[in-house]
Amino acid sequence: MLKLIRAVIGRDLRLAMRRQADVVSALFFFIIVVSLFPLGIGPETELLRKLAPGVLWVAALLATMLSLPRLFADDHHDGTLEQLALAPQPLGLVVLGKVIAHWLVSGLPLALLAPVLGIQFDLPNDALWVLTLSLLIGTPALSGIGAIGAALTLGVRGGGVLLSLLVLPLYIPVLIFGAGAVDATMTGLGPQAHLSLLGALTLGGVFFAPWATAAALRIALE
Amino acid sequence: MLNASNLECVRGERRLFSGVGFRLAGGEMLYLQGKNGSGKTSLLRMLCGLTPAADGEIYWRGEPIGRLGDDFRAELCYLGHHNAIKEELTPLENLLASARLADEALDPDAALDALEQVGLLGREDLACRYLSQGQKRRVALARLVHERRALWVLDEPYVALDTAAVELVAGLIGAHLQRGGLAVLTTHQTVAVSAGAVRELQLS
Repeated sequence: MLKLIRAVIGRDLRLAMRRQADVVSALFFFIIVVSLFPLGIGPETELLRKLAPGVLWVAALLATMLSLPRLFADDHHDGTLEQLALAPQPLGLVVLGKVIAHWLVSGLPLALLAPVLGIQFDLPNDALWVLTLSLLIGTPALSGIGAIGAALTLGVRGGGVLLSLLVLPLYIPVLIFGAGAVDATMTGLGPQAHLSLLGALTLGGVFFAPWATAAALRIALE
Repeated sequence: MLNASNLECVRGERRLFSGVGFRLAGGEMLYLQGKNGSGKTSLLRMLCGLTPAADGEIYWRGEPIGRLGDDFRAELCYLGHHNAIKEELTPLENLLASARLADEALDPDAALDALEQVGLLGREDLACRYLSQGQKRRVALARLVHERRALWVLDEPYVALDTAAVELVAGLIGAHLQRGGLAVLTTHQTVAVSAGAVRELQLS
């Protein structure tokens, strides 16, 4: 079981390394969108500090969305998905491997970049840490929930827009608790409650999403 | 070992075929024939369990394939229209990755040997996107060299291949039948296979 998940992750990471443009463009999108806000609003530190958690989290959601349509589309196009569906192992485990690989190349770099970008918003030190932590905890849920949407819109014409309409509403709880954790730190309430709920969302998302995704993929393959 | 009875295929509003059935025992091969669009690929996908049949049932060793699930898939090797290879990976990486994902043991030496047999030695470290169509098909077919699963389902295996490669694939299928395996394939060119009994099924 672990062997299969490792094989999927290994293959997807190797593919991502050979196609770095995809990974890098999503990261640059994140950097640029986040950097536009301080430039547009001007040096009002009080306002920027207030906006920071929401802006960084919304930008992270959108950057994750960018790479989602290709999560299964390439495998579907070249026939690999059929082979994965015919392997004598649960398709859900394959999906879990793909979700983890997607997080490693999209969510993890976003979280690691966030503290650097947060400086532009004059965030205090502890808020920067909580921001990074909340992204680390929350982004796996984005990859998991996104996988369901990517599977449901597989092979649909104009699937990218449909995918956003389908997935972004489901991201709302993650956004609320993720941005809320940073807010709570700055107002002195402490982020534990928000981070715990975020962790629960991620655990639920990463555990259940692969099975729903596998069912959607089997329908797409018919 | 592989029985199908009274299969019906409906695509959209159109019924492609109905009442299709056959029995295939070890060491036998089934040629599916029919015009373009007659449902050959659909029937193959049904046999793999990818597409559910509108009517009828498929049995493997006396049990419906839907109930066998992973036990059936562990004995199945499917080669579809698409080559299922990644353009960014080299032939060697492709072969090893697909074996690992299909839960088959394949060591790098065996994989290199398979690539040598399909005539890709010297190309094993070149990304597949630089290969020609026929060479990509050879990469996909290299899977068959060390494939010991009982049922091979091959969709147009000879497409894009030159005569030498067609001979080679026919040889692989022959050896597979000699080991007691089963094969179901669609093709528009009839190629003599060295061993095993050949049945034909015409879809109309």
